[in-house]
Amino acid sequence: MKTITVNGNVIDWFQGMTVTDVLRIMNYTFRMLVIKIDGQLVPKDSYTTTVIPVGAEVYVIHLISGG
Amino acid sequence: MNFEKELYSAHDPEQLKIWQAATVGIAGAGGLGSNIAFALARSGIGRLIIADYDAVSPSNLNRQQYFIDQIGMLKVLALQINLKRIGGKTRISIHPLRVTPENLSVVFREAGILIEAFDLDEQKQMLMEAWMSQYPTRPYIGASGLAGVGGNELITTQAFGNVYIIGDGLSEAKPPFSPLAPRVGVVANMQANLCLELLLKGRS
Repeated sequence: MKTITVNGNVIDWFQGMTVTDVLRIMNYTFRMLVIKIDGQLVPKDSYTTTVIPVGAEVYVIHLISGG
Repeated sequence: MNFEKELYSAHDPEQLKIWQAATVGIAGAGGLGSNIAFALARSGIGRLIIADYDAVSPSNLNRQQYFIDQIGMLKVLALQINLKRIGGKTRISIHPLRVTPENLSVVFREAGILIEAFDLDEQKQMLMEAWMSQYPTRPYIGASGLAGVGGNELITTQAFGNVYIIGDGLSEAKPPFSPLAPRVGVVANMQANLCLELLLKGRS
């Protein structure tokens, strides 16, 4: 089975999988996110077009107001 | 009496040496930033670089390290004065400005670690993205989810490579949940605590 890791969780990978797909699969509906794939920052405007390679380590960081 | 020696007499001398050689950036001087600065200055950090564009207002005094006679003063200036009153030798470099991706490298170029102490989520996102793209090897300690009361057991540190996020990841500061002194202070002190730990691990 081909997989990726999202915030430490192992999930199945498929050909053409995008950042948007990952957010949907993980049920992440946060407003303000910072996303890294294998250490590389993914710009906000390319979540729908950025394809995730098999075996990737994906970090989805969720930011909430208050300080 | 050598005050400096007395001040740090309980510190481990080897650890103190590492902290005194460090420069740490703090982006924001509100509830998080002013408390982080106090914790790090008292710990003996060599130099703090602090940026904030705002002035002290009465509603800040419910959780921030300012005083009634400082209302209207620039926060960075008031904080510099208050930190100096501790009496240690920490150098306090202040920048009364709004941090942007464009001025980040001017303000925080010499910071081995950046601590995010902003209020708004958009600002947190902007800073994290800018730091990660300009200084990918330097640690970043952010905060997310700290409003309200209780829930001590929910506050954690998440590590994403060398980016760390402290908070409960849930509690947004919007009515009826406001940032209150104890919980903001907990997160601020956890940020400062992690900073000292990372410095000892030589990861800055």
